[in-house]
Amino acid sequence: MDCDQCHEREAVIHLTQIVDEQVTTLHLCERCAAEKGVESAATVGKTPLGGFLAAMGKGVTPQVAGIGGACPRCGATLQDFRESGRLGCPECYRSFEAPLRDLLRRLHGSTHHVGERYAEPGHEPAVEPVGDGRESLRQQLRLAVETENFELAAELRDRLRVLEP
Amino acid sequence: MIDLSLLTDGGVGWLDASGPQSHLVLSTRIRLARNLAGRVFQGRNSETEREQILQTVEEAARESVLLRRAVRFRLDRLDRNDRQLLHERHLVSKELAGLDPEGRVRSGAALLVQDRAGVMLNEEDHLRIQTLHSGFALDEAYADADRLDGELGGRLPFAFHAEFGYLTSCPTNVGTGLRASVLIHLPGLVLTKEISKVLQGLAQVGLTFRGLYGEGSEVVGNFFQLSNQTTLGKTEVELLDHLGKMVRQVIDYEERAREVLLRDAPAIIEDKVWRAYGLLRYARALSFDEAMNLLSGVRLGVGVGLIPGVGMYTLNRLLIHTQPAHLAVAETVAINDPELPIRRARYVRKVLEDEVERLR
Repeated sequence: MDCDQCHEREAVIHLTQIVDEQVTTLHLCERCAAEKGVESAATVGKTPLGGFLAAMGKGVTPQVAGIGGACPRCGATLQDFRESGRLGCPECYRSFEAPLRDLLRRLHGSTHHVGERYAEPGHEPAVEPVGDGRESLRQQLRLAVETENFELAAELRDRLRVLEP
Repeated sequence: MIDLSLLTDGGVGWLDASGPQSHLVLSTRIRLARNLAGRVFQGRNSETEREQILQTVEEAARESVLLRRAVRFRLDRLDRNDRQLLHERHLVSKELAGLDPEGRVRSGAALLVQDRAGVMLNEEDHLRIQTLHSGFALDEAYADADRLDGELGGRLPFAFHAEFGYLTSCPTNVGTGLRASVLIHLPGLVLTKEISKVLQGLAQVGLTFRGLYGEGSEVVGNFFQLSNQTTLGKTEVELLDHLGKMVRQVIDYEERAREVLLRDAPAIIEDKVWRAYGLLRYARALSFDEAMNLLSGVRLGVGVGLIPGVGMYTLNRLLIHTQPAHLAVAETVAINDPELPIRRARYVRKVLEDEVERLR
């Protein structure tokens, strides 16, 4: 079916409107629909994360990710995440930490887990971070240095500096 | 053919309408998303890795109390009807059952279930711990899920981040990994056309709604699944309290909507619910959607005391057993059998007749 507006492209959006108690259906292609301000599922994105994902990480160079911006553990890239809405592995949370932190803030209004702490089998429960999260930052910094993630380490050090008196 | 009689109450103990507020709230579900540390998430892992996850978790489950006697269903080895049967019982998600139009069941997809607790394996996350209770029972359902989480987490290394909490394949679940849902029947709000306002209000306070079968499902029979949208930045208790408070408010709105209907349009409501009952009692063919909508009408009639002598448990049973896969199995026909609507109507008539006999 052709688009009612441009009669050129394939109509992919079928907009049912009630105008003066008359039901009309408008068949539009994606471009004409966008011009009319109608968003299709495809333009909003296939996942509930929608526009967040499309915008996310653009103009941001991954802080820790390796060659080609890929997670060193699983090889997933930010582009993969944008397309699927799914991360590749637990390590991705470190590899794409900066853009993810931004996304988490927008999704949940927070980046900080305050619920139950998990203790790996045979370990003591993870240290409860002090109010401002300094202990957690120090822990992450230690880990970043150990794993030679120097860019992340620098960022964490800067954040700690702000918090420390 | 799978044998659901292996399960206590066929895995649908929550149908018994024994829980709090069960005239409005069908069930309360808790799920906790967990992944194994050091392993790639489901979207990028291989068949072998999924098999390893299955074995590792099963070993841990056998050592636990809550899943020691668990029945295991390997979805990847079941035919479509059986997978749909488990989905219709709310034991597995549509995704795990591979029931999407283009969906294929993933290798390693499995369910462990014992009484009201279970784990879906190789779903979007490695583990989806879940519990299902009758009625409005957030605290009880969470207590079970938390206990199972502790039992499995004490034996398996879960992916956990000091700042972000439990790590999940999709960032919408990170942190607590907790999704608490309450399946609630809201015909009063639908009839008074207040429902969209209520749902919008819920969205504003960080809650979301879905249809009868959870994620991606349509609203049928005026059943709504209300659940928390965010999972990070609040404790489990805070998330549950917030949802609980809002559900109590929705229950209150629904009760008030019913009062308004009975006060302002008693004849219309009485006709509506008895008409629904009459159709269920005597119709000769019923589609699933029609049956659901009529059951919703009768449920309303029973709830407000207009229709005596029909139990909530009977209505809950009808809700489950008139679904396509359930009916097909009971009637030993194919799920796409053109006579299914006729068989559905016959089944419903029989159950309602028995109910009348029982009370005679």
